[in-house]
Amino acid sequence: MLKNARVVGLGARLIGIGLALAFVALILLATGAPPFQAISLLITGAFGSTRKIVDVIATAVPLLLATSGLLITFAAGLWNIGIEGQITLGAIFTVGALRLFVDSGAPPGVAILVGMVAGMIGGGLWAALAGLLKIYGGVNEIFSGLGLNFVATSATIWLIFGPWRRPGVGSMSGTEPLPPEFALPQLPDMRISAWAVVLSLLGVALVYILLRGTYIGLKLKATGRNARASFVLGIPTSRYTLVAFVLCGLLAGLAGAVQVTAVYNRLIPSISSGYGFLGLLVAMLINYQVIWAIPVALFYAALIVGSIQLPIQLRLDSSLAGVLQGALVLFVLIIDGVRQRLRERG
Amino acid sequence: MQVEFRNIHKRFGSVHANKGINLTIPGGCIQGLLGENGAGKSTLMKVLSGFITSDEGEILLDGRAVTIPSPAGAIEQGIGMLHQDPLDFPPLRVLDNLLIGGRRGLIPDRRAALKALKEIETQFGFALDPDAYVDTLTVGERQQLELIRLLWLGARVLILDEPTTGISAPQKVKLFAALRKLAAEGRTIIFVTHKLEEVYQLCHRAAVLRAGALVAEIEPPYRTETFISAMFGYEIPTPPRQPPPTTAPLLELKRVTVEDARLQVGPIDLTVKAGEVIGLAGMEGSGQDLLLRLCAGLLRPTGGEIALGGRALHNATYHQFLRSRVKFMPADRMTEGLVAGLSLTEHFALNAEVHGFFINYKQAEQTAVERIAEYSIRGFPESPVESLSGGNQQRTLLALLSAPLHLLLLEHPTRGLDLESAVYIWKRLKERARADGTAILFISSDLDEVLQYSDRVLVFFAGKASAPLPAMQTSVEELGLLIGGVPLETVRATVEMRLPEEPSR
Ligand SMILES: Nc1ncnc2c1ncn2[C@@H]1O[C@H](COP(=O)(O)OP(=O)(O)OP(=O)(O)O)[C@@H](O)[C@H]1O
Ligand SMILES: [Mg+2]
Repeated sequence: MLKNARVVGLGARLIGIGLALAFVALILLATGAPPFQAISLLITGAFGSTRKIVDVIATAVPLLLATSGLLITFAAGLWNIGIEGQITLGAIFTVGALRLFVDSGAPPGVAILVGMVAGMIGGGLWAALAGLLKIYGGVNEIFSGLGLNFVATSATIWLIFGPWRRPGVGSMSGTEPLPPEFALPQLPDMRISAWAVVLSLLGVALVYILLRGTYIGLKLKATGRNARASFVLGIPTSRYTLVAFVLCGLLAGLAGAVQVTAVYNRLIPSISSGYGFLGLLVAMLINYQVIWAIPVALFYAALIVGSIQLPIQLRLDSSLAGVLQGALVLFVLIIDGVRQRLRERG
Repeated sequence: MQVEFRNIHKRFGSVHANKGINLTIPGGCIQGLLGENGAGKSTLMKVLSGFITSDEGEILLDGRAVTIPSPAGAIEQGIGMLHQDPLDFPPLRVLDNLLIGGRRGLIPDRRAALKALKEIETQFGFALDPDAYVDTLTVGERQQLELIRLLWLGARVLILDEPTTGISAPQKVKLFAALRKLAAEGRTIIFVTHKLEEVYQLCHRAAVLRAGALVAEIEPPYRTETFISAMFGYEIPTPPRQPPPTTAPLLELKRVTVEDARLQVGPIDLTVKAGEVIGLAGMEGSGQDLLLRLCAGLLRPTGGEIALGGRALHNATYHQFLRSRVKFMPADRMTEGLVAGLSLTEHFALNAEVHGFFINYKQAEQTAVERIAEYSIRGFPESPVESLSGGNQQRTLLALLSAPLHLLLLEHPTRGLDLESAVYIWKRLKERARADGTAILFISSDLDEVLQYSDRVLVFFAGKASAPLPAMQTSVEELGLLIGGVPLETVRATVEMRLPEEPSR
């Protein structure tokens, strides 16, 4: 019976995806663009060559880390909108830590390790702030998250144009690049670091185990579903709310650290690249089931990479990928809602 | 309006909750509906009120077959339901709550609604403040509001699913009077209950469900044996009363005061012995609930001292109370007691005494299987708690209290339990009290239950508690007067005057 429900669930999801594609095709038609060509361009843009496939995987890394973190906060019933800021703080802390190692003579491996840990701490602290505001100030995490995101962005800009500015004039292209040996080693001839991929898979695995098999996960879930009853049952719900934020922040911070050490090698103005918000979409699309995180994150990454071609070839804005990503979530949620209603009445 | 069920079937997976039910209820009739926990009463009522659709069968209103696709569709047909566990009440004012249910026009007509509210209120002797927030109302008042709302929407068939479990005796009297009046106007009332005396007082006829099937239709003159044998198949003996324990004091309250936004309670002096059972009686919201939460550590006292086994607890947190082996069982099962979405196994895992890092699901499931058998919960280890029937949720709550305890605080412990389970649960509770020395404080609106199972009784009126009364030497009548605010001396004098042959108390 349970298996059956899974199959039905998967079918419903596929219907939702089909509807989303049809919706985007309609939009394309309305704007006078050829939908099939656009879609085939998306596909070749994402999978047309080994290099592109590697790009897709590299793009999926921070997205997966953000999604894994968000699966924890969602389990605890929290809308951690502040994840963007947490990624940003992760990047800032990583750059800050790595700067200390410049010309220090320390082995680069140690520097990178410290940088990554610093990034996690940065993300964790920023998330803890949202958690504390919620617990002690009664501030809804959505509002504090928006505020903290704004602060994080401002802090990045200030650092880029202030203390960490490039010698001479600061520029929007970011801070002075860190020494190349402070970057995660990349695979030969490819713009991807095996370390980053492993880290992101590890993140997913840990969250899977945490939510499936541990008391912490169960208590987070209980708190998310009914905080009052959980409290009466003896769960220190405030503490678990904070734990959820911090765990998510650690993973988000790691995503920020990966953005620095595996991609940009410096601090740039929008270092989080929207992966946090995208992670929210992925988490909703997979209905908070951890195992689906990997394929769906890859799919979303493919949309991002694939759409790079669109403006050049079809004079379509690459934000089309965003439209498709949003439409997917929307339609899958609608189908879910319909199913829910049918089942309740059924 | 005449309501007719024809061959109603409803399955939830492997559970066959309604098995071909045929029942005709004439207009103007108050129909009682009884049956053990999980018999299928709520399911049948939800089918009638459009919350779920049946797998098979049809419903006829005044001889006309109808389809009831949704609760809104039901109310359009004139069918309204008061639920066993009241659905969520948004933080609205009384009048707004009426208005959101309204279906007339885009812009709500506040004046008309207010007028209707007043009219219905005077008709039934209710008095709700239209500007009060719904979440400050007592259960009984919310019920009145819900009843008013359904009547305002034009309900001609009213379904009440265990409406008397959370309300006080005077509110019950009011409710019954209103229902009689409504039936006299030709409305059909379906009244789901576990209490036979309510059927005797109120219902024109009764039907009994058992394991999903209709097994008996009973008309007056009622005989208790008929009901009991139809519901359970055998007789249920009333357990013998036991003398109070003579153990050392365990819980000591010294001039304790506590308050919430509505009420100041105390000062209360009370010493509870280990293994003693104390019943707290009073109209809903008279302070007994605050005292219970105070003893549980969920509320802080505003003054006075609390000690458990000689250890001061008045400044302790709820978790320190828990660690001192004090446990509280709330009346509001689905908002304070159980976590919807989690299974029975997950609840027992959370409730386990020792927590490692990883959950041993095999062991948790084993515990779930044991508890399910022990408390005869109708459900499976993997059943989400919200799919259990009301009475089975209650059993689950009780099953979560099985660790050894010093002090057990129960809000309406047998709320929604059928007679057999209520007797069984109390047998278990009394055993714990006597064998393990667990002191029990409990609230109940059922005065018979209070007198039957307590050693001593505290009566609350407007925040003041009476001196503890020995339950053995107190009558239901006396208790009723005390709850109404009549002072103890007057009660004793009147009762003695009327019963001069009884030895003086
Ligand atoms: N949504 C559901 N999913 C699965 N099973 C359900 C669901 N609703 C009810 N059931 C099952 O159907 C059976 C009948 O439940 P119902 O709520 O009708 O009982 P009831 O007679 O109202 O009992 P009670 O006196 O305890 O309230 C129970 O075994 C219950 O577990
Ligand atoms: Mg029921």
